[in-house]
Amino acid sequence: MRFTTFAAPSRFHRISGFVLPWLWAAAALCATAGLAVGLLHAPTDAQQGDAYRIIFIHVPAAWMSMVLYLALAGWAAVGWVWGVRLASMLARALAPTGLACTALALVTGAFWGKPTWGTWWVWDARLTSELILLLLYGGYLALVESIDDPRRADRAGALLAVVGAINVPIIYFSVRWWNTLHQGASITLGRAPSMADSMLLGMGLMTLAFWAWAFAIVFVRLRAIVLERERDTAWVRALGAGEAAAHRVAAMRGATA
Amino acid sequence: MRQLFLVLYLRDLRLAWRRPVDALLPFGFFVIAAALFPLGVGPEPQMLRQMAPGLIWVCALLATLLSLGALYAGDHADGTLEQLMLTGHDGAAIAAARAAAHWTLTGLPLVLVAPLFGVLFDLSGDALATLAFTLLLGTPVLSLLGSIGAALTLGLRSAGVLLILIVLPLAVPALIFGSGAVAAVEGGQSAQAQCSLLGALLLLSALLAPPATAAALRIALD
Repeated sequence: MRFTTFAAPSRFHRISGFVLPWLWAAAALCATAGLAVGLLHAPTDAQQGDAYRIIFIHVPAAWMSMVLYLALAGWAAVGWVWGVRLASMLARALAPTGLACTALALVTGAFWGKPTWGTWWVWDARLTSELILLLLYGGYLALVESIDDPRRADRAGALLAVVGAINVPIIYFSVRWWNTLHQGASITLGRAPSMADSMLLGMGLMTLAFWAWAFAIVFVRLRAIVLERERDTAWVRALGAGEAAAHRVAAMRGATA
Repeated sequence: MRQLFLVLYLRDLRLAWRRPVDALLPFGFFVIAAALFPLGVGPEPQMLRQMAPGLIWVCALLATLLSLGALYAGDHADGTLEQLMLTGHDGAAIAAARAAAHWTLTGLPLVLVAPLFGVLFDLSGDALATLAFTLLLGTPVLSLLGSIGAALTLGLRSAGVLLILIVLPLAVPALIFGSGAVAAVEGGQSAQAQCSLLGALLLLSALLAPPATAAALRIALD
């Protein structure tokens, strides 16, 4: 078994079909548990009151927005350098979810900022970097969507994503240097987090929920892209023929019953 | 390779020389855009002085990017670009020559005229010198980054807007350091840190942008 074993679009389509219900279930379960812990069980913050509870959405969304951009750039590069078709398609499937997470992080951040800072928006380092991340996602999507040839779109998108990924740290530090007003990060590596255990538990569960949701939604989109691009291959035709036969059987059963 | 660079560079300058209006368009855009701001925000010298560094930098950024849409379009349309890439020469040298010519035609005039606008916005002498210096360091970065975008959007519908959309986020650091340096001098501080970072940015983009542009050209022409 080689690392490309799962890169065959037909095999991906079969396996993801089995995995998807479990991912959706995991996302729903973790989100329910996480929201229950976060909204009902976690204590009210001494300074921010109940307004802080939006972190259970805000922080995982912000994490996902960054992770997904790295994943996008990484898979796009793999697809470009080694010519792995599925990796290129995966990069394309990741972009809308990343854009959605970035937008979600920005909007929830504004909702959090209004009661705690008294303003919807400040031009500080983390907010501005997140906004620029949104623009990077937007640029990537605009570029790949306006190129009709999928091969060129994949490669051009990969180049842009890699250039963007090289630029992300430069942008982050330039923006941070430009202005800093944000509250310090609550969770940092190597230091005990300044949060109650139940808050941490809620955040952990919500993070898992976001991961499961992101995998699920990306797989759904990827399956659609795979079928669209491979529509002329034998396996997709066989799939289509099988489904048509199943429909006919079901229709016949309905007619006899 | 140096020969190729020089030949292409001089060719672009000669082409621009024979069509001077095309080369002057971004320059005209810069002048008009910068002149519009006082009309929009009001003539108070204090406020204009405060806004001037960022304002001039943003106008320079937009003027540079607006002119980048045509960077490879003409040569792509008549097949010259394809022939050039087929010669087997280093694509990075071709991209570097193109970016250098673009900077000479749009960046350099901006460097020269920006102090004039600084005077209109009531900037001090030191700030004017810093403004020209940061534009001297920063506009090549914009030309280099922009040439990646120009190569990526080659031959696409609405390539011009697309190019601006994908290059602007990447140009944020240059904008921050460039206008930050002028603001620092205006506030009585040293601009050395900003200028050093801008120089580092220039070195990095001079090193990485030409090969990336060449790769983008190969993708577009494939």
